[in-house]
Amino acid sequence: MDLVNIVEIIVSVLMLILAFLAINSKSLVKSVMFLSALSMLAVVGFVLMKAPDVAVTEAVIGSGLVTSLFIFTLLAARKVGNK
Amino acid sequence: MKNFLAFITVLVLGYMIVVSLDNNEAFPAYGEADVSSRVSQAFIDRSVTEDPGDIIFGQATNLESGPANIVTAIVADYRSFDTLGEVTVLFVSSLGVALLLGGKKQKRLELNFHPNFMLRVGSRALFGIILMTGVYIAIHGHLTPGGGFPGGAMIASSMLLLYLADDEFRAKIKGFKMLESFAGTAYVLIGLTGLLLGGYFLENLLDNGVIGDLFSAGIIPIVYVLIGLKVGSEISGIIDNFLTEEGV
Amino acid sequence: MLQYAAIAMLMLGLYGLLTQRNIIKIIVSINILEIGLNLFIVSVGYVEGGIAPILTSDFNNNGLVFVDPLPSALVLTAIVIGVGTTALGLALAKNIYQKYGTFEIDEMGEE
Repeated sequence: MDLVNIVEIIVSVLMLILAFLAINSKSLVKSVMFLSALSMLAVVGFVLMKAPDVAVTEAVIGSGLVTSLFIFTLLAARKVGNK
Repeated sequence: MKNFLAFITVLVLGYMIVVSLDNNEAFPAYGEADVSSRVSQAFIDRSVTEDPGDIIFGQATNLESGPANIVTAIVADYRSFDTLGEVTVLFVSSLGVALLLGGKKQKRLELNFHPNFMLRVGSRALFGIILMTGVYIAIHGHLTPGGGFPGGAMIASSMLLLYLADDEFRAKIKGFKMLESFAGTAYVLIGLTGLLLGGYFLENLLDNGVIGDLFSAGIIPIVYVLIGLKVGSEISGIIDNFLTEEGV
Repeated sequence: MLQYAAIAMLMLGLYGLLTQRNIIKIIVSINILEIGLNLFIVSVGYVEGGIAPILTSDFNNNGLVFVDPLPSALVLTAIVIGVGTTALGLALAKNIYQKYGTFEIDEMGEE
């Protein structure tokens, strides 16, 4: 049981918890935030599986751009709803 | 009741996946894959057409595919035609977003927060650094992890930073569209040149050089930089479409 | 362990896709399914004790034990296609909100 295995188990369990929360949370913004954190943990998973190219791509796109697109959609919806 | 049915369906699917993975030759257990029996070994040895023998970093010359990063060799050389199709898919999706959210757009979407002076100036300074990192990643795609796709996405995130830090800012979308068309056309033209002079599409016409040098691997850095420019301008266009609305 | 986590995430994403009635939640579920699938495809090529498939001055010849580079190359393009489809779905969601004023599928159609 070395350090890499322990990190692997922690990352796996955290990813499952975050995926469950992202699907089941009531608030849409919270759900998107959990998705972003899940993406960030998936980056750690890719690094553990020795795929640095995929890790860089997922870090930039998965947790940066996709989250911002979700948030922009929610902001525009909230603005229309306030009118 | 519906949730229970969905739960049962998902459990059956998971059971089928786990059972089919157990004792299957095509899917060995986690961490026990045998690469030497797979087609990937030919990509690692660069021996698809002929066997060059041992490859030493910084010494081997005239390989059939020059990049030191083997993933780049697959994405931009052995399977470059797939990548052309994939870039086309991204182009079609950005076209769809522009069609759905487009129209006569004049105004930025009004957000609830208004950035102050420090935020504006600080993000202008950060913008240059992020842009340079993106270009660096795209140019060194054949030597280090990264390449055109993350490089282009990083260029787009530097534009996103400018959009967030200034609520008046709008990028010159016409320039992005021209850059995107230029990059896409140049990619196809490089492929057609290879077809005319070398006999097949996207043939590597330039000298491969020494593996590991910055100026090596023939057309692959050029193609990857073009992919980076195309991805960056497409995603910047998507961000602009999401952050503008019709108005005065 | 990571492989089983990937399979479980794939199942969770499908479960969310089947049960949720909110458009944003459906797109979030698709994203979770996609991350799980990407992790699974990369895990198929993992070799215990292998090194990342990049030649450097330290790991400098092709005789070393590398991780399978082909799943990495496939997933690299799949992620970028994923952002394209997500953007298209969100654009559709935004248009639906402008027409009906809600994200819930059950509350639509009574305009």
